[in-house]
Amino acid sequence: MKISEIHDAFDQKTLSVLQITQQYLAAAQASKHNAFLTICDQRALDQARKADQVLAREGKVPREKLPLFGIPLAIKDLLTIEGVRTTCASKMLENYVPPYTSTAVARLEAAGAITLGKLNMDEFAMGGSNENSAFGPVEHPTHPGYVPGGSSGGSATAVKAKLCFASLGTDTGGSIRLPASYCGVVGMKPTYGMISRFGLVAFASSLDQVGPMTETVEDAARLLEVMAGNDPLDSTTTPTKNFPILSEAMKEPNWSGLRIGIPQEYTSKGGLTPEVDRAIQKSLKWFEAQGAKLVPVSLPHTKYAVSIYYIVAVSEASSNLSRMDGVRFGVRNKDADQAPNLAGFYKKVRSGFGPEVKRRIILGTFALSSGYYDAYYKRACQVRRLVKNDFDQAFTQCDVIAAPVSQSTAFKRGEKLSDPLAMYLNDIFTIPANLAGLPALSVPCGADSRGLSIGLQLMGPQYSDGKLLSVARAFEVAHSADTATAQSGARS
Amino acid sequence: MSHQHRLDTGAEFEAVIGLEVHCQLATESKIFCSCPARRVEGKSVSEIAPNLNSCPICAAHPGTLPVLNRKVVEYAIRAGLATHCTIAKNNVFARKNYFYPDLPKGYQISQYDKPICENGFIEISTGSVLRKIPIQRIHMEEDAGKSVHSGSYTTVNLNRAGVPLVEIVSGPDLRSAEEAGAYLRALYAIVTYIGICDGNLQEGNFRCDANVSVMPKGSKVLGTRAEIKNVNSFKFVEKAIEYEIVRQISVIQGGGKIVQETRTYDADQDITISMRSKEEAHDYRYFPDPDLVSVQIDDAWIERVRKSLPELPEQKKTRYVEELGLSVYDAGVLTGSQTLAGFFEQVLELLEKSGIAAKSGAKPVANLLTGEVARRLNEEAIEITQSLLKPEHLSDAVQLLQSEALSSTGAKQLLSIAWKTGEKVSVIVSREGLTQVSDVSTLEPAIDQVIAANPKQVGAFRAAPEENAKLIGFFVGQVMKATGGKANPGMLQELIKTRLLKG
Repeated sequence: MKISEIHDAFDQKTLSVLQITQQYLAAAQASKHNAFLTICDQRALDQARKADQVLAREGKVPREKLPLFGIPLAIKDLLTIEGVRTTCASKMLENYVPPYTSTAVARLEAAGAITLGKLNMDEFAMGGSNENSAFGPVEHPTHPGYVPGGSSGGSATAVKAKLCFASLGTDTGGSIRLPASYCGVVGMKPTYGMISRFGLVAFASSLDQVGPMTETVEDAARLLEVMAGNDPLDSTTTPTKNFPILSEAMKEPNWSGLRIGIPQEYTSKGGLTPEVDRAIQKSLKWFEAQGAKLVPVSLPHTKYAVSIYYIVAVSEASSNLSRMDGVRFGVRNKDADQAPNLAGFYKKVRSGFGPEVKRRIILGTFALSSGYYDAYYKRACQVRRLVKNDFDQAFTQCDVIAAPVSQSTAFKRGEKLSDPLAMYLNDIFTIPANLAGLPALSVPCGADSRGLSIGLQLMGPQYSDGKLLSVARAFEVAHSADTATAQSGARS
Repeated sequence: MSHQHRLDTGAEFEAVIGLEVHCQLATESKIFCSCPARRVEGKSVSEIAPNLNSCPICAAHPGTLPVLNRKVVEYAIRAGLATHCTIAKNNVFARKNYFYPDLPKGYQISQYDKPICENGFIEISTGSVLRKIPIQRIHMEEDAGKSVHSGSYTTVNLNRAGVPLVEIVSGPDLRSAEEAGAYLRALYAIVTYIGICDGNLQEGNFRCDANVSVMPKGSKVLGTRAEIKNVNSFKFVEKAIEYEIVRQISVIQGGGKIVQETRTYDADQDITISMRSKEEAHDYRYFPDPDLVSVQIDDAWIERVRKSLPELPEQKKTRYVEELGLSVYDAGVLTGSQTLAGFFEQVLELLEKSGIAAKSGAKPVANLLTGEVARRLNEEAIEITQSLLKPEHLSDAVQLLQSEALSSTGAKQLLSIAWKTGEKVSVIVSREGLTQVSDVSTLEPAIDQVIAANPKQVGAFRAAPEENAKLIGFFVGQVMKATGGKANPGMLQELIKTRLLKG
């Protein structure tokens, strides 16, 4: 079902907001995926009852005013909701209840959405497999024992397993697109600055973006449109107030005028598995068949992207996580309080981070330290500029870039845990869009022999979000039958 | 001056002093959120209950973001223009990372390698020497909270966390404690004149760190410096520097070496004490704050700010000297405080309304203000606007002086009563009988009496009037005494001279 179909059901009284909310809450509570960290059932039921009162009063869904009326969503536990525990999947914030709501969630709720709860993730969004949560890993929605991808693994699993209608994820280096690809849902990282980061607990401020994770491209567009636009509380947001994303997404692409760029660096090297490669090639052929022109483009600095990312992101993270110092945020146990001095206190408190987070804080602290700043952070920022220039150059030759999201499909839990570097390299296709601040999405394009989903990544110039969605929607409509078969086949 | 005698032993050394001033900007809200920065319901932010003046942003709740207060940039531009600085077109904020309980984010948002203002100067005068002291840089930053240590535990108050500051850094060009004091007073006058700082020293609106080193006279190599932190009174800064210079010279003369360290001034003992050495110095890991966009300042903005600047202390001083004929000293005292200068100008306006031109009124008004009034302001450490004295008191007094209805002694008496009571001049003068006697028929009998009572002096004068001219002063004094000081001294002098010569 799509949002428009749910609204029709509300109109025809075949479904109430309370009913659909209860159904999802029941599924979430019964689920063994460990996707939810907090279920706010009372809050959600209150919202649902109020929505039903509106429905009774208005007679039908006020679609214009409340485009997400009665739609049950779940939120990655990195975004704040006033009065609802926000853990970031970390022991450090295990009992943190924020006194304010993030702009993204506030806008969704103002548009009528129901919030079911908060979703599991890698601790502070650091990880690609959702194995780094302080509250346990998230199970793959269709393939038990496999990782759902990360860091928004809970968000992808919850959508695929129908524990919520749609969810919010965040993407710093692929954290929406990778789990979307692994789990077979739609996930989009919008243009940097499109959605406010206010209330998004920062991992790497210059890379983080909030984005929708949904079953269909159309619904991703609906969520995005509601959240997009300037926020006076985030100076890095776009000055534009509104974006007509849904109407753009619903347009049929002008195929004959569409040039799809194929980055040579993404296909020739990078360790693509043959199955993923085949699925991508097949997708490209379909675009060509529609009349689009496939254009080889070059993104020569791609080879530096992972290195740059793991300097910039960890540097920013080392600073962003400093406030978890035990004074007001962070684990402050008796041990810490009995420390002989301030340094000892901090040492105790900050041992509460998980190993991956510690690793990144240490790396980032090193990269920014006096004597190394120029060689690492500053140089990384310079090369980041070159990565962006690559894209600017490429987009003079094409309108959209098509690429894989990941080299492979979902792997088994524990498989890469001992090799952080292999895990980092897994982000090679998704990181460049974050470095350049570009919109990028993952749409299901097939499955491997085990039935594990494969995602096609589409990237575009800044603020081409609507256009990307229109191309993805046309692709999805034509392929929905294929992907459905692939996955249900594997399940049975 | 308590260490002055010991300073003489260091005649072969000279001191090099640089000052860093943290000046709290008088913006209504904090630098990165909308919490009040100056007053909450009439109270200053340090007076209200701890942590009441904070929000998720300045309390650094996870997920919050800073948004720059544009007024802070404007005030920093004002500071830069008033100190002849170059204003940077492209401004970047940086994070200064360090852990301390009163630093809620674990970093302070400041400016690092690109301060908003650079390469300016201010003029200072010590005695009759006028010097230009370079301003190296002025940058914008947020204040931290306050740690309150009480025995075994420490509490943190975030009321002032995020209050906007500019840090104003002088070149290492000050040579003595006296010069440092003059610099601070001149800088203080500027920031309060241009309205960017409330100037409340007790509340830490204007705090100073002093870098002090000594080197052999004439040397080109600076000595190792010690930094004296957070002294918030001009007098204490001077005393701390004086002490520090003597200390460093005596260490060197005793064969020791100066260690680079941070020291604090203990006002009770009048000494500086070591806080931490350089080995404990932080690596602040500065990097551009990715939560803030760069601030572009175009020429039009700079020009708008420039046009809105009031007359600055040094401009005012020059005008007072050149146009009003005041002495450099009087002009310096009057312009040392914006409120005093404003008061002075109000008095001149009142006088002009009564037909007394500014040029002829200025000198007598200045005499009264820079003498008696300035002394009392200093004593009570208040601004003239906080006293009971009103411009009307001064303009009325000067009118009486000019019509010779009041003697200068009478004027002083008048002001000292007005200072205490705030009563109208007419009320005080008639009650206290301060009116000057300029009536010949009242003065002559008194003169006759004095001449009759002092035949020896009369004889001496008459025998050689030229040689004994100073005896006229003696007679004037005697008549003054007899009339209770109310006689018009000019008139008295003439009358006595005529009377004595007449025989």
